[in-house]
Amino acid sequence: MPNMSLKRNEMPTQDAKIRARNFDEVALGYSKETAIDEAMRCLDCKNMPCVGACPVKIRIPEFISKIKEGDFEAAYQIISKTSSLPAVCGRVCPQETQCESKCVRGIKGESVGIGRLERFVADWHNTFCTEAPAKPESNGHKVAVVGSGPSGLTCAGDLAKKGYDVTIYEALHTAGGVLVYGIPEFRLPKSIVAKEVETLEKLGVKIETNVVIGKTLTVDELFEMGFEAVFIGSGAGLPNFMGIPGESLNGVYSANEFLTRSNLMKSYEENPQTPIMKGGHVAVVGGGNVAMDAARTALRLGAEKVYIVYRRSMDELPARREEVEHAEEEGIEFCLLCNPTEIIGYNNPDNPRDAKNGFVCGMKCIRMELGEPDEKGRRRPVEIAGSEFTIDVDTVIMSIGTSPNPLIKSTTDGLDVNSRGGIIINEDGLTSRNAVYAGGDAVTGAATVISAMGAGKTAAKAIDEALSK
Amino acid sequence: MYKIIDKKVLNPTVIQLSIEAPLVANKAKPGQFIILRVDSEGERIPLTVAGVNKENGTVKIIFQVVGSTTKRLAQKEKGDSIQDFVGPLGTATHLDGLKKVCIVGGGVGCAIAMPIAEALHEMGADVTSIIGFRNRDLLILEDEFNKYSNTLHVMTDDGSYGKHGNVTVPLKEMLESGEKFDMIITIGPLIMMKFVVETARPYEVPVTASMNPIMIDGTGMCGGCRLTLNVDGKKVTKFACVDGPDFNGYEIDFDEAMSRGRMYSDFERHAYEETCNLFNKEVL
Repeated sequence: MPNMSLKRNEMPTQDAKIRARNFDEVALGYSKETAIDEAMRCLDCKNMPCVGACPVKIRIPEFISKIKEGDFEAAYQIISKTSSLPAVCGRVCPQETQCESKCVRGIKGESVGIGRLERFVADWHNTFCTEAPAKPESNGHKVAVVGSGPSGLTCAGDLAKKGYDVTIYEALHTAGGVLVYGIPEFRLPKSIVAKEVETLEKLGVKIETNVVIGKTLTVDELFEMGFEAVFIGSGAGLPNFMGIPGESLNGVYSANEFLTRSNLMKSYEENPQTPIMKGGHVAVVGGGNVAMDAARTALRLGAEKVYIVYRRSMDELPARREEVEHAEEEGIEFCLLCNPTEIIGYNNPDNPRDAKNGFVCGMKCIRMELGEPDEKGRRRPVEIAGSEFTIDVDTVIMSIGTSPNPLIKSTTDGLDVNSRGGIIINEDGLTSRNAVYAGGDAVTGAATVISAMGAGKTAAKAIDEALSK
Repeated sequence: MYKIIDKKVLNPTVIQLSIEAPLVANKAKPGQFIILRVDSEGERIPLTVAGVNKENGTVKIIFQVVGSTTKRLAQKEKGDSIQDFVGPLGTATHLDGLKKVCIVGGGVGCAIAMPIAEALHEMGADVTSIIGFRNRDLLILEDEFNKYSNTLHVMTDDGSYGKHGNVTVPLKEMLESGEKFDMIITIGPLIMMKFVVETARPYEVPVTASMNPIMIDGTGMCGGCRLTLNVDGKKVTKFACVDGPDFNGYEIDFDEAMSRGRMYSDFERHAYEETCNLFNKEVL
């Protein structure tokens, strides 16, 4: 008998007051009993609307059926057929706008907690199943993957499972891309990413860190080295700034820099070798998931007060609802319909050697109201004349998107990019260059982990079709 | 891991290492930089390439012990390894078509200027070098500059070696006497480069300055290395890691760059002292 409760099982979390001061994971995951109870809410619909809404087409009702039976390893095997990173996706996918948004149970009541179940299954496997996956027989074809973020890991994993000899080239010193430098520990523990990377290595994927494609080696050289196809998943590039006065003051960060310092370089640890500005009052400008991550990281680093400054209202805020709720519970203040116009720096005219000179001491903002809808249908924010005010801040974190990285484009002849610098691909992920594929943020600009994984998957399929001919 | 093949102490605070990194050695050109981490918990620091040996796949770096990381790096010996070494990053110094060039290097910046002098010399250009140091003890690379320069001026702040005064003194003299340079290339402390630009300004000689801001990834991702250029009266944000490290000296906002360079000075002082204490304890 299905569980007909309209409400889904709550995910236990660390208490907001406690977690706001530590970097441990916020959500604690379902127990075995809760997972089975939640799985019972799935009606096992024959037309599977949830699967259609998943970018990597996980066989959702099938894996949930295995949870109902208590066969969690079988559930894991079903997920891992289509997803290379189940423990990651179970944590960071916006399920509420994908699989769960199409769940029949969501029409009357709450949808099945598909993401929570995926997370449970992946964690169960990682805890109890230490058996190495069987290394597939080699098919003799070599493929290079540029970047070890979600799109690259997925592409590499799918190809390795088919017997391809895959090498991933990573520019940074650790594999994982945005999963390690961008998404904080409290939302995605680094040990989970490391585990997923390890699984790929057991499948035979080689990972070369400290290689910047476009600098250390070019795409053309990869072909000379014997690779028959190249997948570019080099991710998002340079951070955008607003172009307002004061953005070069000390204490102004891009979200990329702030998060990289804390996550990748572990500035949050005691006696870190990489510094970061901690404490005081922090304003994060922007309303996406990255902005939420930056704000919550600042809080955990010891800030007294953290503001999210966003020019539209809560309804337009692009971050996941769950992240916004978590941020609010932790005490992040939302300054909505508000836009910065200038960052103010401290300057002691009497003492040019004052150590505080050149550091942020405030931010001028202006109130906004929503006007006519723009071409995308979102109501355009308009300044309210005369409504300027100043907030007292020591650190400002700009989280208003990124533009694609120019390194590969500038060293790869014949690789076409669009007006925003994103690599142009066809429906198979193929670029304007023969045997060069691309996906993820390098193509779309800042987007989600799962859409990058979907792109990696599409490209892997196309590469397999092209090379197995 | 990347092995240290050779180590030379150039002066009490400046050290030269040759590091085995064949892929980097194969590509690096004068003006480009690398990023390294000394150990698995280390910070990423950018250092400009001071030379390569393609045959044995080594890259030469020269650095001054200024903080905790460079202190740790200085403790490494020949045969030891460092955790990470990535590059070459940034764009190479544009040397094409230059016939007569003045190179102005200050302190450890001379380590970066030297391969540029060498490259220009090999191109057959006329090279005038001005290298400046605080005092005689800090002098580095004089023989190399002698070899690659048609004219060499060595300056010390205290007059303990070469001529007394800073690097702008001979530069101004030459420009005043009517010397015509296609380009002045300057590498050293920000304040020195700022004054090189000011010295050259009345004579309208193009100046290229090599910037070395705080960086993390060095590949165009974090934006920490940004600096402001004044281009035709408009402020433009550029990123040293991908757009530089070389920029038109007349366009650089040096005051802002100097202020940004001080962002972590408190932290660094503290970390440096900690590191020193750590090593002191180890000795005991």
